[in-house]
Amino acid sequence: MATAKDRAQAKAGSGLNDDIGEQKRLELYRTQVVIREAEQRAYDLFLQNLVKGTSHLSLGQEAVAAGFAGAMIKEDLSFCTYRGHAHTLARGVSVEKVLGELMQRDNGLMRGKGGSMHLTSAEHGVMGSYAIIGAHLPIACGAAWRAQYKGAKDVSVCFFGDGTTNIGAFHEALNFAAVWKLPVIFVCENNLYMEYTPIGDVTAVPHPAADRASAYGLERIVIDGNDADVVYRTAQAAFDKARAGDGPSLVECLTYRHSGHSRADPAKYRPDGELDRWKLRDPIKIYRERLLQFGVSEKTIGDIEAQVRKVVDDATEACKAAPPPPLDIISTDVYADGGWAWRN
Amino acid sequence: MAELTYRDAVIRGIAQEMQRDPDVVFLGEDVAKAGGVFKATVGLYEQFGPLRVRDTPISEQAILGAAMGAAMTGLKPIAEIMFSDFFAVCFDYIANEFPKSRYMSNGQLKCPLVVRTGNGAGSRFGAQHSQSVENWCMMIPGLKVVAPSSPRDVIGLLAASVRDPDPVIFLEHKSLYPTKGEVPDGEIVDSLGTAKVLRSGKDATICALALMVPRALEAAEKLKTEHGIDCEVVDVRSLVPLDTQTILGSVAKTHRLFTVEENPRLCGWGAEIVSITADEAFYDLDGPPVRITTPHIPLPAADILEDAVLPTPDRIAETVRRSLNS
Repeated sequence: MATAKDRAQAKAGSGLNDDIGEQKRLELYRTQVVIREAEQRAYDLFLQNLVKGTSHLSLGQEAVAAGFAGAMIKEDLSFCTYRGHAHTLARGVSVEKVLGELMQRDNGLMRGKGGSMHLTSAEHGVMGSYAIIGAHLPIACGAAWRAQYKGAKDVSVCFFGDGTTNIGAFHEALNFAAVWKLPVIFVCENNLYMEYTPIGDVTAVPHPAADRASAYGLERIVIDGNDADVVYRTAQAAFDKARAGDGPSLVECLTYRHSGHSRADPAKYRPDGELDRWKLRDPIKIYRERLLQFGVSEKTIGDIEAQVRKVVDDATEACKAAPPPPLDIISTDVYADGGWAWRN
Repeated sequence: MAELTYRDAVIRGIAQEMQRDPDVVFLGEDVAKAGGVFKATVGLYEQFGPLRVRDTPISEQAILGAAMGAAMTGLKPIAEIMFSDFFAVCFDYIANEFPKSRYMSNGQLKCPLVVRTGNGAGSRFGAQHSQSVENWCMMIPGLKVVAPSSPRDVIGLLAASVRDPDPVIFLEHKSLYPTKGEVPDGEIVDSLGTAKVLRSGKDATICALALMVPRALEAAEKLKTEHGIDCEVVDVRSLVPLDTQTILGSVAKTHRLFTVEENPRLCGWGAEIVSITADEAFYDLDGPPVRITTPHIPLPAADILEDAVLPTPDRIAETVRRSLNS
């Protein structure tokens, strides 16, 4: 039987009118450009002291978010980490709401109550970004359990970094999902560094996620996470499996972050030349070249890029003009009655 | 009206809610086929089937995380953590995830779930299976914390907890499981945030929780018969929301306040009640508020040692008597 990886690789690169097609490819490109431009803008705004707190960018990792979101149906649920801007944007959340949250303005996605690490947009299926490593893998299992119990068709997708594979919740969730045969997809974005330390230095196996799959009876899947077509096809196979009632998948996507772990990190621990080598495999560069090679015109591509830049520019101006959140929201939504009362 | 054990009341309470609402599901270690290590969930698996009553691996993070994910997306899960001491291995969910998701998402996410757990001492299990962790839970904004002392309250407060839209920590006292009490027939639904005056009195208010409630009542009887001291006993029942009005109302009548707490002394719930009373009812007091607690130690296993550290009816009575006479 062909594995998901085999299927994905067999189909790759077979032309514009293949199983993915032009329309989906333009969507995948656009999503990647939105993430690239918005993340780059977040970095620039940080340098201007307009993005406060911390932020963890996905520059260089755009293909994973675009490929998975591109394969989702509207009802599917995303569970993200603190490096969650990309996955939030990929579900169609507006750049203004994301930048507004990073800039701690009243127009932010959560009006400044969550911040960069907790982007949430339930109406888009973004069921939270979780800043405690590993916490959201079991939570995604629970959402998948609900789908299974209710006979709903949605799948829960849980994104996390390579560092997560060494925390207990990762292993608890994988076993739990496998035993209960839950419609959940675990997506490891292996960007080679857990934070500052190379993941290989602190992990017993070369592939931190995929080499653990067999312990939970799952297929070993390692893919090129910088090629949105490969990611998209792998995602489709995992969604098909989940929706057919055949249980969870664990996908390890090899990728690389172009910036440091967080805004405070200049990433000096990386060996000389490593970043340059990975930039040759920049997911946006790869995808742009493929579109051209498949006959998409420079104008079509340029129009997408210009349109996205305008969206990001407009969002930036809107956020700069937006007021800070009002103080009265400090005491709202602690409890379901809307308030914060813990006593009478 | 029937006499029921606290243990059987747990079974009846869960069954009542599962019967009412098909979205109520129940998961935990050994809870289904085995009926629970304390036999407090016997028969639920047979009654509600394997889709609604589910055994889990020994994975406390998976249990609470799964409960949260299910709650966020439409179910009303009841999760069991076998011993409350094990909260320490899944505390991320209790401290960081359940109580903060609504706030951080500006009201977009919900978390209507109940975590039931066996809490408290008396089983001689030692320091890692006997703790009273109500103070661990009370300190976290966004949680509700409930601890029933009687079979009737088990059913009524469990129903209120399952129907509550917020995450509720439901602390069942292990030493109360075999105790019996009268329980009315039919559906019982109580409300959170309501303390109960179980014994009326005029000389002193004794606030207690869970296992400390029957001990406070026994102490009050002793004080009355042996010393003519007439104590009012308030069962706090719910630490969050906290019914301060009932407590302050009692203090306004008796002018003395005692708390009886099983949790170790530092940052115990009684400290908060004493603080509120000092702030808001200082001039109602005729003497200093007194906290009667387990000392600030890990619990020893041997029966003679464990018995020596938990507040007993004799210690409560003696402390109250000495304080009132001083």
